[in-house]
Amino acid sequence: MNQGKLTFKGGVHVPEYKELTEKKSIEVAESPQFAYIPLHQHIGAPCDPIVNVGDRVKIGQKIGESGAFVSGSVHASIAGTVKEIKMMFTPTGTKTKCIVIENDGTDEMDDSLKAKDLETLTGEEILAIIKEAGITGMGGASFPAHVKFAPPKDKPIDTVIINGAECEPYLTADHRVMLEYAELIVVGTKAIKKALNVENVYIATENNKMDAVEALKAVIKPEDKIEVVALKTKYPQGDEKRVINAITGREVPSGGLPMDVGCVVSNISTAKAIGDAVVSGKPLYERVVTVTGRGIAEPKNLLVRMGTPIGDLIKQCGGFSKKPGKIISGGPMMGFAQFNLEAPIIKGSGGLLIFPEEEVKEEVVLPCIKCGKCLQVCPVRLQPLYISAYALKNNVEKAEGYNAMDCVECGACSFICPAKRPLAESIKNIKKEIIAKRKKS
Amino acid sequence: MDGKVIDPTKNDPVVLDDMLIVSQSPHIRSDESVQRTMFDVIIALVPAMIGSIYFFGFDAVRLLLVTIVAAIAFEAGTQKLLKKPLRIMDLSAVVTGILLALNLPAGTPWWVAVFGAGFAIIIVKELFGGIGQNFMNPALGARAALVASWPRIMTAYVTPDGVSAATPLQILKSGSGNLPAIERMVFGDIGGVIGETSAILLLIGGLYLIIRGVIDWKTPAIYIGTTAALLLVLGVDSSNLLYHILGGGLILGAFFMATDYSSSPVTPMGKIIFAVGCGLLTALIRVKGGLPEGVTYSILIMNVATPLIERLTRPKVFGEVK
Repeated sequence: MNQGKLTFKGGVHVPEYKELTEKKSIEVAESPQFAYIPLHQHIGAPCDPIVNVGDRVKIGQKIGESGAFVSGSVHASIAGTVKEIKMMFTPTGTKTKCIVIENDGTDEMDDSLKAKDLETLTGEEILAIIKEAGITGMGGASFPAHVKFAPPKDKPIDTVIINGAECEPYLTADHRVMLEYAELIVVGTKAIKKALNVENVYIATENNKMDAVEALKAVIKPEDKIEVVALKTKYPQGDEKRVINAITGREVPSGGLPMDVGCVVSNISTAKAIGDAVVSGKPLYERVVTVTGRGIAEPKNLLVRMGTPIGDLIKQCGGFSKKPGKIISGGPMMGFAQFNLEAPIIKGSGGLLIFPEEEVKEEVVLPCIKCGKCLQVCPVRLQPLYISAYALKNNVEKAEGYNAMDCVECGACSFICPAKRPLAESIKNIKKEIIAKRKKS
Repeated sequence: MDGKVIDPTKNDPVVLDDMLIVSQSPHIRSDESVQRTMFDVIIALVPAMIGSIYFFGFDAVRLLLVTIVAAIAFEAGTQKLLKKPLRIMDLSAVVTGILLALNLPAGTPWWVAVFGAGFAIIIVKELFGGIGQNFMNPALGARAALVASWPRIMTAYVTPDGVSAATPLQILKSGSGNLPAIERMVFGDIGGVIGETSAILLLIGGLYLIIRGVIDWKTPAIYIGTTAALLLVLGVDSSNLLYHILGGGLILGAFFMATDYSSSPVTPMGKIIFAVGCGLLTALIRVKGGLPEGVTYSILIMNVATPLIERLTRPKVFGEVK
């Protein structure tokens, strides 16, 4: 493959700011005093709690599950006692039921965790392990992995792409995972390959992470038949439809899914989690989170137990270095602004970004000058200026006619706009209106 | 508080809530700005302005000052009168003022220049909604209005020496008179409006805009290329082609007017059609029409066609199934 050249049309070069943490090894975060495990942190049906207040739980013990196929079980990330089950805000801003566990400090592991040998497992057994481990996509969208890897019969899959592009500025969690857990990623990738029974398997990253390419190549054997590709560093290269386009040249049809063009894309940390589940039977109860930004004293990559409040992580990174202005769960382009420090880390949180007050300025919005830069950067070839203009007038039909629903919400248009117009913001809002309208009719 | 490490647990959560800003993503913005964009256009016009002053002396200084000051004043006045936010700081009025001055013959009286600035800013720009809403290039719209109102003044071209002189294209059109040497057209020592005479200074500015990403190289390249191609097809002698390219405001128009954001299409295919249209019309007017130059009307006609072009050239969305 043409290393470093592969990419998609459009996109924008965003300052990376990855130097704050990209050279810092992953540190194991302290296990929290209280863990708050949301029962609904994935796409699909929410889990029902299967423990009661007062029960003692161990690390890795399943505490919530759903009878629905499209769902992801949740597990205890610390050993201790279930204190309460209450409604709380998750970092994505939705309110959901959470199981609160108080740590007893024993770090006792659930004894149902068992190692297995990938060679002897069948595809079905692999899917069962993934489902049991509660693995959902860790790139942000949190789609249940066992569903993704079991596509309908009429959608033949010929290509699997493990996505380590990590195109969001600041974030280095996936980068560090590739450097430090390359073997587990390869095990996970082979498991996915086996479950889907496909030949073309790629691990994709951007060419600003060539050390990760080397680290992965060093542990991939020729018989694994996994190709590592370095895509051009450009935002939003990590968007799954852009990754597919860059590697295979295929375009996922508008409104369609990767499987419509024979592809399955999975995040690199998800592959690592699958590797964990296979090698040691470990469910998804911890993940790597980049805590960074100029508002934190010591930026770090931390291995964090699910449910750890973000305030705990800030404390472990030396606290705020300056008066904080904005705290973001995820990256600066698509992450969610937080309004308190109690929000817990969930399966989809790859970053925690602290902007000092002086970096958070309220932009003065000027009239659109029709420079067309939003068209140039839009990875979907939309006309953000017109969709946004109709969205701001709440003209649902017109916005829909300009393909608002194809927007991937990457934010590149708002980033580039010289008039600082809320392009992506208004398009996201009108998309909700369009969905509501479609439901009504 | 700067530089000090703050333990978040010691913070009163309520106080922290009050200081955190919550907004939708994206949370970072590029350092692009409207003012910077307009400032780039002004920088790009500096060589041509210096050239005009070098060649036409005080007349050029006078016209530049009058149009810039008038454009800013008219914009501020209209915005004040219509109770709209004052936006003169975006520098777009300055750009319009400069472009208008560069489109006037050196001998233009001050009141004609003021009228032009007023027409550009009030009629073409502000009454249609201000920056980004003008349906035609304000400076060109004003030039057309001035040519229609005071044709004699607007075609009273002089050479830098102050001698009244036909432009090279007027000479070509009428077939009488002596064409200047090509070198004089490159550097600007010919008759014409104060900003069009020096091709090289305009090209330097145009190149700067392309490098800065303010304009797309395709628009001027396709515009000039189409003009040249059709001129040859229509039987213009190839030895005269350079006069056509370097004269008649083609370079000024192609780099600085046809690239105006609000009056040209935003779609990639639309930009190409727009440039081709400008080129075809310019060549047609020059060869078949009554006017020797044609750039003004070509761009204005394509300006008016812009909404239609945009509608017909909607980009095919990623993965769109026809």
